[in-house]
Amino acid sequence: MNNLITREDTNLVAKLARTIGASPKLATEASLAQAQAETNVRVGAAVSAGGMTIENLTAGFADFTAVSNISLEIIPNKITAIIGPSGSGKSTFLRCLDRLHEEVRGAWAGGRVLLCGEDIYAAGVDPVQIRRRVGMVFQKPNPFPTMSIYDNVAAGLRLNHFRRVPQLDEKVEQALRQAALWDEVKDKLQQSGAALSGGQQQRLCIARCLAVEPEVILMDEPASALDPIATLKIEELMRELAREYTIVIVTHNMQQAGRVSDFTAFLMMDEDRAGRLVEYGHTKQIFTNPKDKRTEDYITGRFG
Amino acid sequence: MGIASRSARRRATLGRINLGDAIFGGWAWLMAATLVLIIVLLVLELYEGSKLGISRFGFSFLIEERWDPVFERFGSLPAIFGTVVSSLLSLAIAAPLGLMAAIFLAEMAPSWLDQPVSFIIELLASVPSVVYGLWGLFVLVPILRDPIQRTLYRSLGFLPIFGCTPLGIGMMAAVVVLAIMILPYATAVARDMLRAVPNEQREAMLALGATRWETIWRAVVPYARSGIIGGFMLALGRAVGETMAVTMLIGNRPDISPCLFSPAYTLASQIANEFAESVSPLHVSVLIELGLVLFVITLILNGLARLLVWRISRGEMRGAR
Repeated sequence: MNNLITREDTNLVAKLARTIGASPKLATEASLAQAQAETNVRVGAAVSAGGMTIENLTAGFADFTAVSNISLEIIPNKITAIIGPSGSGKSTFLRCLDRLHEEVRGAWAGGRVLLCGEDIYAAGVDPVQIRRRVGMVFQKPNPFPTMSIYDNVAAGLRLNHFRRVPQLDEKVEQALRQAALWDEVKDKLQQSGAALSGGQQQRLCIARCLAVEPEVILMDEPASALDPIATLKIEELMRELAREYTIVIVTHNMQQAGRVSDFTAFLMMDEDRAGRLVEYGHTKQIFTNPKDKRTEDYITGRFG
Repeated sequence: MGIASRSARRRATLGRINLGDAIFGGWAWLMAATLVLIIVLLVLELYEGSKLGISRFGFSFLIEERWDPVFERFGSLPAIFGTVVSSLLSLAIAAPLGLMAAIFLAEMAPSWLDQPVSFIIELLASVPSVVYGLWGLFVLVPILRDPIQRTLYRSLGFLPIFGCTPLGIGMMAAVVVLAIMILPYATAVARDMLRAVPNEQREAMLALGATRWETIWRAVVPYARSGIIGGFMLALGRAVGETMAVTMLIGNRPDISPCLFSPAYTLASQIANEFAESVSPLHVSVLIELGLVLFVITLILNGLARLLVWRISRGEMRGAR
């Protein structure tokens, strides 16, 4: 890590930028450096199992840039929340972390994303292998409707040609227990997953993701389609899972980010409509003592 | 304006809306009932026309193999056999072809290729049946007879299905042309069903670490499964009722033979062939009865298809552990 800028340095840059009336872009660069300085406490941690380091990630669709030049570290066994107004590129950013972004027609991405120290965008890296290590839970619960609850959870394992039945049973049960769903479905494993309630379906999707034992779990607004009680359950579950997994969650709901996450990154679009990282730090700090005026405005509900 | 008059006016408006609903509802009912009525009348008419044949032969009409207008011995078994075999075999060829073409069009083809290929496949559906018949007679039959059927006969002639004189014209020619004719229906429906699969389903499978092929085969196709089978059933319906091209190619002989090269008959082609030359009221009547049998076969095939869809969805629910 070469960004050994101290807090004083970045504050100086920011102050300088403000006094000379520099463009917000420069201020963004300054706060980016600041955010990196903030996380420098943990530098090196991201290289160990389950950590991710994102360096200058820029991504978009055709001639549209959705996220621009984002650098941050995802700390292992912690929950990192990505917040920001609509259109700030939160989902695109998240989808770059398991290379799902490129499945959309016309999508492109540049920069480096290190998973346990290896660049997942390096030449010769198979995105299929990356997605087995980085799981994803989507906004809308999307169990496979033609499969039973059991088969939904086993789907990922079967992709790995895992066929030994006793171990499969064991792994399915373990995943469902981890997702806090076992007690509710253990008597109807052969029923369709589509018959469950929305919250149960989302936990089924989490179990499906856990069954392949990923290193990182990405969650794209996992509770936005759920009622408050189901939401609370998912949040409890996330805290529980953070003991063993690294979690990155995109959320629209700032209270949720405040409740569940350890670190928070605030993204906002620039006048060129590309999302940029405004501030990144400990959740407590972002919510109580934001360094950037725009973060404060967003947190306090003045826009977005 | 007083509250009273306003609410009076609102009541009047409500009344008008309800009247509109009533008219629309009645109209929709009437139209739906008309459809049912047409089917009922059709069946009644077929039954009425075939009364003479039914009273003369009864149930044995369905299991009698002979068809002899001169001695007035009529049985529909050869035509039933020909209809069922030719349509099922043609579906067996068209279904995998159509599914793969649909997967290519919906999931793999770049957008510049997708439109033209779809257009060409759908063009197959607009070629008149008689043109397929001509093409079959002059192009397909010679190819089938010499290199294909002769080779099969020489090498695999010990099998009953290849064990007769290669004539060119016969069951095999009809099956191949039927398969080409129903391919666009199978493909177009399957493609639309695959396109209608929500993207979340694809992404869910991709995110588990599935390859593109695994995603299509384990998430996309199962999701669209019942729609795809529905499309195949539509295609099968076309094959069962297809008349002109089959009449020109199947050889028109009321025989039941296990051999694919031998001439056969279908219900539709037998009706088309003999109606103009029917010599007696009984002959006319049994031809109409063939129409009734065709109608019933279509019903049975549809019922079986629904049963199949239902069984598949239930079978997979229980989970293939």
